[in-house]
Amino acid sequence: MNINLTLIGQSITFAIFVWFCMKFVWPPIVSALDARRKQIADGLAAADRGKHELELAARKSAESLHEAKQKAADIIGQAEKRAAQIIDEAKSAAKVEGDRQIAAAQAEIDQEIHRARESLREQVATLVVAGAEKVLRREVDAKAHGDLLEAIKNEL
Amino acid sequence: MSADVHTSADYIKHHLQNLTYGKLPAGYERADGQTLQADTWTIAHSSQEAKDMGFWAVNVDTLGFSIVLGALFLFFFAKAARTATAGIPAGLQNFVEWIVEFVDSSVRGSFSGRNPLIAPLALTIFIWIFLMNLMDLVPIDWLPGLASALGVPYLKIVPTTDPNATFGMAIAVFFLVLYYSIKMKGVGGFVGELTLQPFGKWGMPANLLLEGVNLIAKPVSLALRLFGNMYAGEMIFILIAIMFAGGAVLFLTGGVLQWAWAVFHILIITLQAFIFMTLTIVYMDMAHQEHH
Repeated sequence: MNINLTLIGQSITFAIFVWFCMKFVWPPIVSALDARRKQIADGLAAADRGKHELELAARKSAESLHEAKQKAADIIGQAEKRAAQIIDEAKSAAKVEGDRQIAAAQAEIDQEIHRARESLREQVATLVVAGAEKVLRREVDAKAHGDLLEAIKNEL
Repeated sequence: MSADVHTSADYIKHHLQNLTYGKLPAGYERADGQTLQADTWTIAHSSQEAKDMGFWAVNVDTLGFSIVLGALFLFFFAKAARTATAGIPAGLQNFVEWIVEFVDSSVRGSFSGRNPLIAPLALTIFIWIFLMNLMDLVPIDWLPGLASALGVPYLKIVPTTDPNATFGMAIAVFFLVLYYSIKMKGVGGFVGELTLQPFGKWGMPANLLLEGVNLIAKPVSLALRLFGNMYAGEMIFILIAIMFAGGAVLFLTGGVLQWAWAVFHILIITLQAFIFMTLTIVYMDMAHQEHH
């Protein structure tokens, strides 16, 4: 237990160990720790950012869904309106066409009636002439009595 | 009975003697009765011889064990440092990082300045002293017994039970305190700190006395606290070991006591390493602080 040269030897050894530790042990470990700390902080920040972005995306998707629904409703409304319009148009067109056809038919009927009446009149005139011929037992000069016959025809 | 006491005393003395290598002068009568013809560098074969070697001798066991343990510490830590990655740590790196973070937080807590030396200094002190103290848990007769079987007369395996080791470190710390005191405060500032407080400039001698004691007490208390604790612990292990020779009852009691004391000692060796480290940090912090 004597104090001797060991004292100085121990001091020198200690100094060398501290120097070595300061040079080769401490800095790499601490820099690794710092790098990891930074990585973790970055990771957490990224996670936060991701969360925020997710929230944003969710809000955006809800918005666009809402918009799409609105648009779809609009389109359906428009289509319904358009369909009603088309139906109305078709209805009115059909009515016009029907009226036109009815009118044409009427006109034709009138024409037929007129024609029938004409031919009837012709036949009646002929019959009358024939009757009159028979009655008079003579030949009626159709040419001479043309005016008279015409007048009778028109009276019929 | 007298012979028994004698052997117990011898046993204790034997365990407290370092393996000393030094020079014995010509004409010196050695422990075995031989008289030296010339100055001889040799290993001391008795406490008296070790004492007579004076200052210019080295305790081979203290230096050897402390260097081996320090090298072991640096080897493993440097290995972990070389392969340290910022990725997921495993095994050795995990363990090393745990200790480094513990030391780092201690330094951050106590040291307010900025100095890249302090944290590695604290780490070296903590682990080195812990390892040296840990040798105390090796059953005290194993290694010395092996050594005497190999013809080595003495072997003290716990370097921190040698005041040379503890004072060596404390003095190194003391020089660092002086160096940084002067570097940070200037020679004038440091001298002023020693002489101008607490009583102002008219109480200069009293100031110098008080502050001088304060300054010297730092390394002395550092060294003596560690040495005292470890020496006392070692002494108790030795005393318990003596019981082993005293029959079955004492043998069993000694076994239990040794186990209990070893468990308790785990606390002490860690605590002493921690105290040495913390006080070093605090002293370095005081050296860096400007008081005025």
